[in-house]
Amino acid sequence: MSEYATHEDTGVSVGLVEKKFFHFADPPQAMVLEGGSSLGPVTIAYETMGSLNHAGSNAILILHALSGDSHVAGYYGKEDPKPGWWDIMVGPGKAIDTDRYFIICSNILGSCMGSTGPSSINPETGRPYGLDFPVVTIGDMVRAQKALLDHLGINRLLSVIGGSIGGMQVLEWAVRYPKMVRSAIPLATTTRHSALAIAFNEVARQSIMADPNWNNGQYYDREKPNLGLAVARMIGHITYLSDEAMRVKFGRRLQDKNDFSFNFDVDFQVEGYLRYQGNKFVERFDANSFLYITKAADYFDLGLRNGTQSVTEAFARARAKFLVVSFTSDWLYPTYQSKKMVKAMKKNNLDVSFCEIEADWGHDAFLLPNPRLSSLISGFIGQVAGEAEEESRAV
Amino acid sequence: MRFDLQIIASWITPGARVLDLGCGEGDLLDYLRKNKQVTGIGIERSEAGVSQCIARGLSVLQGDINEEVQDFRDNSFDYVILSQTLQQVYTPDQLLVELLRIGRRIIVSFPNFGHYQIRLQLLTSGYTPKSKELPYNWYDTPNIRVLTIKDFKKFASEIGCTIFKEVAINTHHHEDRGNIIHRLPNLRATYGIFLLGQGKGP
Repeated sequence: MSEYATHEDTGVSVGLVEKKFFHFADPPQAMVLEGGSSLGPVTIAYETMGSLNHAGSNAILILHALSGDSHVAGYYGKEDPKPGWWDIMVGPGKAIDTDRYFIICSNILGSCMGSTGPSSINPETGRPYGLDFPVVTIGDMVRAQKALLDHLGINRLLSVIGGSIGGMQVLEWAVRYPKMVRSAIPLATTTRHSALAIAFNEVARQSIMADPNWNNGQYYDREKPNLGLAVARMIGHITYLSDEAMRVKFGRRLQDKNDFSFNFDVDFQVEGYLRYQGNKFVERFDANSFLYITKAADYFDLGLRNGTQSVTEAFARARAKFLVVSFTSDWLYPTYQSKKMVKAMKKNNLDVSFCEIEADWGHDAFLLPNPRLSSLISGFIGQVAGEAEEESRAV
Repeated sequence: MRFDLQIIASWITPGARVLDLGCGEGDLLDYLRKNKQVTGIGIERSEAGVSQCIARGLSVLQGDINEEVQDFRDNSFDYVILSQTLQQVYTPDQLLVELLRIGRRIIVSFPNFGHYQIRLQLLTSGYTPKSKELPYNWYDTPNIRVLTIKDFKKFASEIGCTIFKEVAINTHHHEDRGNIIHRLPNLRATYGIFLLGQGKGP
């Protein structure tokens, strides 16, 4: 996702931010995961921006997608070429205004961007976990974030916002910790994966596991399965775009040549683009984390867990005010999936808004500059913030 | 605010739960929220309208009103407002029944096709009438069901609703001042506004 992070034209930015780490679940208080195994100690990487107000009522938790991280906005240093992944949305005077709100973005459990994941050292062996890392779920990721918020002393969130896998965490938050979540914005997401989404993830995982360097997940002291991971990322990229986006961006244009090469080098621009994205991705992401996180997304089923039998039953637990947003050209999590969750929210008398934004850029539209999305988010959060202030005055 | 919306707003009790069907950019909901402490939800088809509403801090669902009303629980609302939309609905009888299920009171407003100028146009020119309220040609109009105030009253009794209040006005709906017509409304009014429900008494 970070290929979209761009400098704002206006140059407005939240400025320098620092990656911090929260450690918890030291054995014997290890975290018991949904899958039954224990994990500990656990580290969660996170960043914060803005400041918490006196009433503690202006905290917003932002949740990233598959390959994202805690670096949501701003820069680590003056020479940083790129800001955080949602710098267009988060900053002073932006839709998620750091002058008004206290922003927290944590890296998910199982990732390789600072949180405990398969590339972390297993304290029992002194070597990276590899496949000894237990399978984690979206629910486990959310429970780790909850531990972080407890540590930061935040007991109520003004809003929880995220797209894609981040959107799944938003839904999980709203259902699992209803009293803590005043409002929730799930973007371009679903209550559970379709067969299509699972199929793409499985092909991506197979490409990693078919790489001879993968070695059953133990590759940290040798050559990495970079080819498999690059192909996995290429598959992902295709699902994040759309027919229209690819037609406009690449068409059938050739890459630095006037005719076909009649071999298997790059001929078309789209091939060059995918290879470039794939190769760039392996520099920053761990193949095993890709396996674990995609599996967590495939397992996610908001309706059929924790004793609930349907999405409607699951949302019966929620109290938040919702803003659901989908994008017309998103074929990974199409609008009908968002409408289904809206339906379930309505059946529970929840306060919900829904908008389908016309966008040609496919699933990744939520990461791209879009004035409509910005105005939706800022208007919605502004309203909730106003209600929160009124409530705190009344108390 | 539009004159017809002012009348509708005056009928709504403070603090009520309101559903506004075809809410546009949310002018009525915004007014009701600010002046009557109403909790409201809108339904609107256009992305531009919906995003305008949400940017104003209103709760709005993007979708088709016929489908969207189905998911609400029985008696979810004190008022359901169907303003200037009835004439564009394919199955008004089915919709009204659904609205009576989800709302205690229904407010309906529509342009009156019985207005004397419309009657005269058809009589004198022989062409399908057009008016400020129904300004389209027969081939490009979204208004698929033109009706008169008389038609509506007959319809309401046929589907078993009680009319609790009715007001007829002769103002173009974009104007914010207007006249209420008391005598011969079906002939003289450009708009009819009705408060409906089941049973007796308000």
